Amino acid sequence: MNTLFGVPIQALFSQLLVGLINGSFYALLSLGLAIIFGLLNVINFCHGALYMLGALVAWVLLEHLGVGYWAALIISPIVVGLFGVVIERTMIKRIQGLDPLYGLLLTFGLALVIQGVARNYFGVSGEPYDIPAQLTGGKNLGFMFLPNYRAWVVLVSVLVCGLTWFVTERTRLGSYLRASTENPVLVQAFGINVPRLITITYGLGVALAALAGVMAAPIYRVNPLMGADLIIVVFAVVVIGGMGSILGSIVTGFGLGVIEGLTKVFYPEASTTVVFVIMAIVLLVKPAGLFGRTA
Amino acid sequence: MRIASRLLALALPCLVPLGAAAEMTDNVIKIGVLNDMSGLYADLGGMGSVEAAKMAAEEFGGKIGNAKIEIVFADHQNKPDIGSGIATKWYDVEHVDAIVDVPNSGVALAIAKVTADKNKVFIDSGAATSDLTGKACTPNTVHWTYDTWALANGTGNAVVKAGGDTWFFLTADYAFGKALERDTRAVVEANGGKVLGSVLHPLNTTDFSSFLLQAQASKAKIIGLANAGGDTINSIKAASEFGIVQGGQKLAGLLVFLSDIHALGLKTANGLQLTSAFYWDHDDMTRAWSKKWGARMNGRMPTMVQAGVYAGVLHYLKALKALGADGDGKAVVAKMKALPTDDPAFGKGTIRADGRKIHPVYLYEVKKPSESKGPWDYYKLIKEIPTAQAFRPLEQGECPLVAAKK
Repeated sequence: MNTLFGVPIQALFSQLLVGLINGSFYALLSLGLAIIFGLLNVINFCHGALYMLGALVAWVLLEHLGVGYWAALIISPIVVGLFGVVIERTMIKRIQGLDPLYGLLLTFGLALVIQGVARNYFGVSGEPYDIPAQLTGGKNLGFMFLPNYRAWVVLVSVLVCGLTWFVTERTRLGSYLRASTENPVLVQAFGINVPRLITITYGLGVALAALAGVMAAPIYRVNPLMGADLIIVVFAVVVIGGMGSILGSIVTGFGLGVIEGLTKVFYPEASTTVVFVIMAIVLLVKPAGLFGRTA
Repeated sequence: MRIASRLLALALPCLVPLGAAAEMTDNVIKIGVLNDMSGLYADLGGMGSVEAAKMAAEEFGGKIGNAKIEIVFADHQNKPDIGSGIATKWYDVEHVDAIVDVPNSGVALAIAKVTADKNKVFIDSGAATSDLTGKACTPNTVHWTYDTWALANGTGNAVVKAGGDTWFFLTADYAFGKALERDTRAVVEANGGKVLGSVLHPLNTTDFSSFLLQAQASKAKIIGLANAGGDTINSIKAASEFGIVQGGQKLAGLLVFLSDIHALGLKTANGLQLTSAFYWDHDDMTRAWSKKWGARMNGRMPTMVQAGVYAGVLHYLKALKALGADGDGKAVVAKMKALPTDDPAFGKGTIRADGRKIHPVYLYEVKKPSESKGPWDYYKLIKEIPTAQAFRPLEQGECPLVAAKK
């Protein structure tokens, strides 16, 4: 009774929880990607680099300006979001209407540049960033020790995902967004400034990445490669969920985190590949992704 | 007279190749530093190793006789196929005479083979697997700094003797992790300890919490980290977060570099025991050399890998000078083995028949933040493991070179 498939139930529970924690990051990041793809039709390959930049800004704030975690949680997404606005205005705007491949190449190049610059200044081992004093320690749940900070990550992630879903699906701004995705020309004819809407969307998507970066800083190290390690998995999440589907990216983000966590118990060697195996299967069965609409 | 000229005619063809061998090919001594320049091992080797090699070359004034010493470098991205591709191109097209550093045991084993096939010289500092001087030894390889046997023998021994008799391993899923687990397992079991389990994790994993929870569930007293660089850092960080140490289990970092401790911070890393062949603050000589290196590297302090690259290149150049030729890799390595080594980083030492460089290794403990006097003041010495016990005995390595000699 105490084991399931040869694994103790307690271990299974704890792995489920750990999977959920990792899933929070997948969800936060893929959410931004999905929003950007939905409206701009740009596969934002520098999302990982911007996530890293979010963490890096938090570290610089703490180390050089004495600004702590809580303020960084707000300042860093704003700073990086503005940086995103600059990227959109100066570069991404110019390739609009071209083949999506151009957007992919541009943002991939940007990712390499941002990462390269950061690596040059900070090295690859990264810098330590402490968990804020209010969130240190943890609770013993009986089956596992849950660090307070990780619980906080899940909480924030669920809130942010829920809020984003609400804004896009239930508010006027969201309806503009969705309408511009469907038919930008018509929306513009109604007097809505679509280019500005696009800039704001990109900025918001990027700010979400930066927020995830700040959340990740105390768990992982702040290091220039942290985004590169994560971005490929996050892309798989977006593809599985259905490109551009917000609900899809949230559900798949959490779901894949859990599946990955379970793989680490049953066959740890495959834990980095399982996401891609699932992606291949989903693409075979449902090419538009689990929540995607067929074009 | 006639006989004499005939003899001379016979002898001449023999003399010519001899004469050609006894000088530096193409008048350039080209040394290639091949390592991870961009990934999880870049801080422990990377450009720091290139600078270290350059420092050794500069000590010779940048040339031996008329031959210029040139240092080139490349990034193997931790992929054996990319590594051997670069090595082949270096040897065949760019006339590189020796390859140095090469962390990542998987890549190092590939380079050892390519180097032996092309009869060049391979001086490894970064890789850990003891197979380089064991089953996979070649007459063209020198393994300078440390290996999995020395690490297991140093940290493993100390931990088991301090009462840590049940182990669970977190092992990087490639040649290095497996070799380190194998060698440590042997030490643990030889000392009466028991291994309760192990889990293989992919190289370059960001989240170790799942693996640590498995280790926690095993109830082993010691969680042995058979990984390196970024993987070790992430394991230790997650362990501190999940209250593994407060729960009564202890971590044993089997391969920990100075750069890892720097990234972790003393607050997280203090109390960790580790085995190292070099620490910058060991004596006056290491301090003087490390400060020179640090001046070129933004005030960082070198890891044992970077120090090993410097010392290895220095000894290689000494051998070339003594031999006066660089064309025959086997002959150069034989000369390196014949000459005693002496450098500011490792002191006096020797290179054994199987290619193993012999020097003492040290067991250190990471200082508490209150004990540290400033940046990079991280280790306190627990004990010195003398040369005679530091590395695997020659006859236990199964190196074919040694067997052939018997």
